[in-house]
Amino acid sequence: MNRREALKVLLAAPVATLTWTDVEAAQAAAAAQDARATAAATAKPFVPKFFTASEFKLVRTLADIIIPKDERSGSASDVGVPEFMDFMMIDQPTRQVAMRGGLAWLDVECQDRFDKGFVSCSEAERTAVLDDIAWPAKAKPEYAHGVAFFNSFRDLTAGGFWSTKAGIEDLRYMGNRSVARWNGCPDEALKKLGVSYE
Amino acid sequence: MQIIRTGTVYDVVIVGSGAGGGMAAKVLTEAGATVMMLEAGVMWDARKDSKMLAWPYSSPRRGAATPERQFGEFDAGLGGWTLEGEPYTSAAGDRFDWFRTRMLGGRTNHWGRISLRFGPDDFRRKSIDGLGDDWPISYDDVKPYYDAVDRLVGIFGSNEGLPNHPDGIFQPAPRPRCYELLIKRAADKLNITCIANRLSILTQPLNDRPACHYCGQCGRGCASHSNFSSPSVLLPPALATGRLTIATNAMAREVSVDESGLANGVSYIDKTTGREHHVRGRIVVLAASACESARLLLNSRSGKFPQGLANSSGVVGRYLTDSTGTSVSGFIPAMMDGHPHNEDGASGAHLYMPWWLDNTKLDFPRGYHIELGGGRRMPGLGTGGGSHRYPSGGGYGKPFKDDCRRYYGSTVSFAGRGEMVPNEDSFLEIDPAVVDRWGIPVLRFHFKWTDHEYNQVKHMHETFRAIITEMGGTPLGSMPTKENGYGIEPGGRIIHELGVTRMGNDPSTSVLNKNCQAHDVKNLFVADGGPFVSQADKNPTWTILALAMRTGEYIADQRRAGSI
Repeated sequence: MNRREALKVLLAAPVATLTWTDVEAAQAAAAAQDARATAAATAKPFVPKFFTASEFKLVRTLADIIIPKDERSGSASDVGVPEFMDFMMIDQPTRQVAMRGGLAWLDVECQDRFDKGFVSCSEAERTAVLDDIAWPAKAKPEYAHGVAFFNSFRDLTAGGFWSTKAGIEDLRYMGNRSVARWNGCPDEALKKLGVSYE
Repeated sequence: MQIIRTGTVYDVVIVGSGAGGGMAAKVLTEAGATVMMLEAGVMWDARKDSKMLAWPYSSPRRGAATPERQFGEFDAGLGGWTLEGEPYTSAAGDRFDWFRTRMLGGRTNHWGRISLRFGPDDFRRKSIDGLGDDWPISYDDVKPYYDAVDRLVGIFGSNEGLPNHPDGIFQPAPRPRCYELLIKRAADKLNITCIANRLSILTQPLNDRPACHYCGQCGRGCASHSNFSSPSVLLPPALATGRLTIATNAMAREVSVDESGLANGVSYIDKTTGREHHVRGRIVVLAASACESARLLLNSRSGKFPQGLANSSGVVGRYLTDSTGTSVSGFIPAMMDGHPHNEDGASGAHLYMPWWLDNTKLDFPRGYHIELGGGRRMPGLGTGGGSHRYPSGGGYGKPFKDDCRRYYGSTVSFAGRGEMVPNEDSFLEIDPAVVDRWGIPVLRFHFKWTDHEYNQVKHMHETFRAIITEMGGTPLGSMPTKENGYGIEPGGRIIHELGVTRMGNDPSTSVLNKNCQAHDVKNLFVADGGPFVSQADKNPTWTILALAMRTGEYIADQRRAGSI
């Protein structure tokens, strides 16, 4: 089999049904976008399977605070991170207690300080709580449980965000494709690292 | 229960379809033998079953592990350290994690393709340092088979003339990635040998298989068969002879023997129907993976073989080893804000570090090699994770999002794979009380590391940290202490289990002779990792392939001579 035939095999129907080509990925993304648009138009909100309605509101709020929309890409909820988290809680049940307990910890902390849940807090109030748990090295020992929760919530938010099509494009990852020839690394990258093939 | 018996008598029954079973089947069918291959898992061919080029967002779990695919849902390894309905146990206070795949080709579908020959010293360690045992064969005995495996399967690398890391018949190695050049510069400064990796991935077409297309996803199975797996390289020529029959979902229960004490077939369960079968063969080759083959022998008890088949020595199950392993990642500021480019390359590292020191000057007897990773990999569930370990210390909001971008691709990782010395406290046996879902008694593991291994992984950690520091970086995580075993992975986690049916010249201290033929049963052979007398600071697959080829040729010669 020569290279051209091999590439034909790669793109042949049996493979294509199980993996995504760029075109299919784009189609899938478009389909997901359509589905979201349809859902919005028909006012049929997503119903979480693991989170309660109020937990889900908190998850959305927190995820968007961690990854907000900016000039390069949307927010966590823009690309479906809260829905992804709900799926993962069902898919990996060992995560459930820590997640539910962590969300409760956050709400109770806000209740103690401000007499209301996190979602109802002002931006300044939210910031006050998050600043106590978002930098583990600087956090006071009494916030250890909040720190542990926030570490893992932030990790899951980040993983959920950067593994989307939008996230992958934002990071300017350029692989996951068939390459005819491996030439090593381009000059600009070599120069930036101060290394060479000589 | 009724047992379904086949009328056909095959020349050879092979249990297992991975590196050893696949190679034995190829050699034997090409020599004219009719072969029945029993595989406990499902049919699999990467050409149609691979998840190659899938994006993480093509699945709602974004590639995360599932109980059925414990290396991730896109990985080609169907299985893991636990299998539903197939338990195993560990003795009190011991831990051994046993990885099993259940698919045609076994673990060759998703392995790392690191294809290292054992060196001359690796066959005679006892003569060198007094520990363990020498092999009954030398490098020179195996060298022609390594050469033949190189030619048949294809491997890239570079000829270096290093004393215990033999050169091979290599295709050109791909250029290093740029961060690998940075690693090499640090290694050179520290006098650590750093050379082209040796991977069974084609950089040039071979035997009708096209060269690599550099997607970096060998672990998912290669749809163009450009890397090595048993179903892509060994089974097609065997099937082409018309003499290979493959039964999948066939879980072997026992090797049967006749009145004269010769093996005459294998009984197995068809997992799809739950029915018992018996297949007859003139010769039986076990290649079910080291521990599974040992389990079969121990479960094949009879009046003639009360301790299990081929076990008059009591050595079946003894001298269980795995490679040692530990790893460290490092954040490298110079790699921040990297220049965007496709860095996938061939799967795995393009460079590696073979063992480079003299153990007589160290406080541990055997060496290790270092595997590298890092750079701008396909983003996935781990991307942006562990941010609190980076200089930013964590955070949230727009600064956190920018940090993720800056830090993406700025880490390197080092994993050590070292040689464990076989010891008397590490072995497997049949658990006296526990059976699997088919009623087959299961394995109970005993496993102990000694200071030989602990001191070695301590040295790994110190080395990895020195390289990271030399690169101007910071290790992510602190140096593990003696109390937590210097970060050594539990036994079995490196998935290089070897040695439980070891070969030797003395039938009272070994299971097999130098041809991997049972001392007690002349028409019974083992062709997986079981025959190994010792580990090495190398991965075992290339040696499993070479020995299986050698065993297959020996069987064919003996058949021709009429002695078995």
